[in-house]
Amino acid sequence: MEERYAIEMRGICKSFGSVAANKDVNLNVKPGEILALLGENGSGKTTLMNMLSGIYKPDSGSIFVDGQEVSINSPEDAKRLGIGMVHQHFKLVDVFSAADNIWLGDDKSGAVLKKDRYDVIRDMAKKFGFDIDPRKKVYNMAVSEKQTLEIVKVLYYGAKIIILDEPTAVLTVQETVKLFDVLRRMKAEGHAIIIITHKLNEVLEISDRVAILRKGEYITTVDTPSTNEQQLTEYMVGRKVELNIQRPVVEKTRPLLEIRDLTIKNDEGALAIDHVSFYIRGGEILGVAGIAGCGQKELCEAIAGLRPIEGGQMIHKGDNIVGLPPKAILEKGISMSFIPEDRLGMGLAPSMSITDNMLLKKYDQSKGPFVDRKTGRAEAKQVIADLEIVTPSTETPVRRLSGGNVQKVLLGREIKAGPNVIVTAYPVRGLDINSSYAIYDILNRQKQDGVGILFVGEDLDVMMGLCDKIMVLCHGKVMGVVHAHKTSKEELGLMMTGALDLSHKYEDKPAGIAKDSRIGENEEVEE
Amino acid sequence: MNDPINVLTLFLFNIVLINIPLLYGTVGEIVVEKAGSLDLGVEGTMAVGAIFGYLAGCAANSMVVGLLVSFLAAGLCGALFAVLTVSFQANQNVTGLTITTFGLGLYFFVGKGMGERWPAMTVASALVDGFTARELPLLSKIPVLGKVFFSQNLLVYLGVAVAVLVWWYLNFTKTGLRLRAVGENPGAADSVGVNILLYKYVHLIAGSGIMGLGGFYMALNMSGSFEGSNCWINGYGWIAIALVIFANWNPVMAILGTLVFGFFNTLQIYSGALAGAFPGGLGWLNAVPAQLFKALPFIITAIVLIASSVRKKEGSGQPAALGLNYFREER
Repeated sequence: MEERYAIEMRGICKSFGSVAANKDVNLNVKPGEILALLGENGSGKTTLMNMLSGIYKPDSGSIFVDGQEVSINSPEDAKRLGIGMVHQHFKLVDVFSAADNIWLGDDKSGAVLKKDRYDVIRDMAKKFGFDIDPRKKVYNMAVSEKQTLEIVKVLYYGAKIIILDEPTAVLTVQETVKLFDVLRRMKAEGHAIIIITHKLNEVLEISDRVAILRKGEYITTVDTPSTNEQQLTEYMVGRKVELNIQRPVVEKTRPLLEIRDLTIKNDEGALAIDHVSFYIRGGEILGVAGIAGCGQKELCEAIAGLRPIEGGQMIHKGDNIVGLPPKAILEKGISMSFIPEDRLGMGLAPSMSITDNMLLKKYDQSKGPFVDRKTGRAEAKQVIADLEIVTPSTETPVRRLSGGNVQKVLLGREIKAGPNVIVTAYPVRGLDINSSYAIYDILNRQKQDGVGILFVGEDLDVMMGLCDKIMVLCHGKVMGVVHAHKTSKEELGLMMTGALDLSHKYEDKPAGIAKDSRIGENEEVEE
Repeated sequence: MNDPINVLTLFLFNIVLINIPLLYGTVGEIVVEKAGSLDLGVEGTMAVGAIFGYLAGCAANSMVVGLLVSFLAAGLCGALFAVLTVSFQANQNVTGLTITTFGLGLYFFVGKGMGERWPAMTVASALVDGFTARELPLLSKIPVLGKVFFSQNLLVYLGVAVAVLVWWYLNFTKTGLRLRAVGENPGAADSVGVNILLYKYVHLIAGSGIMGLGGFYMALNMSGSFEGSNCWINGYGWIAIALVIFANWNPVMAILGTLVFGFFNTLQIYSGALAGAFPGGLGWLNAVPAQLFKALPFIITAIVLIASSVRKKEGSGQPAALGLNYFREER
């Protein structure tokens, strides 16, 4: 007898306008199995899974649940069929308690809300081995707590098939280990699990089989024990890829940017950066690691002059830059590029062309009242050529480009201005392997030219390969600065959660202050 | 009449009597906004509810018919808003302003079209009777407060009851919980199987219907006299939108908000009487120009909006997805 699949997709096609997101995709999962869905960004992984969760409808193809053909027209259908999805961007109502977020989709209880729902949820979570506080509001939760809540939610609705979209992207190493334990336990209980990811080491660690998509097309499904990183990468990218990040050794200069005792508040008025000191030399990449929302954004904004600071000093080549307008900071050669989660939110005007985006930072340098588009276009052409940006023309609106190309435009413009300090946050966020390596190359070339780079990142493997030193932030405090080639993921993970504090490792030297600083330890820079 | 206590009581009594339409408008708008829709068409919606409710109530000589028709007519405005913004994803602000223009236009079109046939409220004895004050047993015997709060007409009590009922519905029922989820994060509500379309339609229509009741109230309070130059609603719809923010999207707080705004609103009418009754303490009221009193409610509105915009995010009842259209397949 043929083995029954918990879920099977056959010949699934889905297009958005003229873009084919999925072409003839086949996929199946057995109960008690973990399937990894692997693919670069934009390969259609999330689209495919959203057809199981009822967000999209396939244009053609069929879906079988437990051998029965089904049509999933809405999330409600998916829920009824026992399919639960933990989305990458959590689908939680921030102002509701944990229990209410689950209660929202509950069909069993009566019309009036009763207090006992908190106990029901707590008991149910305990049964599955989770510890959640049902009264805790979502906005007070850490990312890993929100994820746990999402998993409890789909289990409460009786999901047999659980889909997780990039679940580890927001977790620390230790939290990932915990999550994998949970997944293994659910697998043992007979759940079918699909995990979307582009991290190869995780695929090899957790999955039983791997299905690979490339540019919307189904490539193959392989058994995990019989494959390796190199093979998976080739399937994913379509050709051989060198997986080592370069870290050229460059002669370092004296500190370019020195941050002393910096304190910044976030939008809610809480401390985002708490008495932080560090410095960046020319010719080095200083990585900033930390769980999302640990003050990275506020730090970048403060350096660029976009956010007022509460206290402390920011010194660039011996000059105070606190209180300077963003434009003046820019003219000193400090460039900031921040790629937010939606990737288009900051730095570029999405509906404007590449040329116009190039001109954004220097529109006032042209003579006369008219915009000098000619030089802008020439610069755009050069950036397109230098960074191998794929675009129909220099006049294409930026939002029409793919994510990698958008980010290249942003970095390209920043580099074009000839900065001596580059602050870049998540420059490879959401990019595929090829584009990511292109960005690393760009940064390395800048480093070799003597530029000091502050690299705020999320992938520890990448940071350990690319950066010279890594500074770890935890709730706005520096947990220490370590040499990238001497540290380990475990050490960084412990520092990110605040369990390990190396900030006072060297007693003879105050933390975060260079020996060859341009100013003394307690010296104030003149305004 | 000149007894200071009497003047004060009458002043307070009128704060309630004149301003209850604000409560209807505010509670209706709260229902709409909790579904994540910002409907700026309150003024027009109330006008439509007012004129059709009044005409139907006169024709049938019945309070119930008047209330029902005003609810339905205004509900249709809500349905129109829902079709445009939910089904066709039109911009909510523009659509709301359109509803106001449309509603006021319809109001004057129908009113002027009636011409000589315009019914006087006196011929509809049921409406006159329905709008007379009813003293609640025992409670109305309390000095001052008994007159102010417990000797009002039925629609005043109904308004307060609606506000409390909506508050209970929002916070203590599962449909209320789902409604709030739709306004906070429609994607989250959708992902657990809440029918966003249905929830939006039902609550936009119901909320607009409640606004319509306020319009009907105003018609009766104006004794049904139609003027070609001035609409009965007279800006109350706009103040209601601000009151929603003042009340922090809480229908029970809206009762308090109505009284606070009502105080300033009614002051212009009673400033002379108050100054006369308390020449020592309030004599200065006479020196204040009438125009300032007229402007006061709107000045307060502006101050409330400024104050609420600097209010801390946490604890705000504003739905996070307010004013944003939802489209499931958006990428």
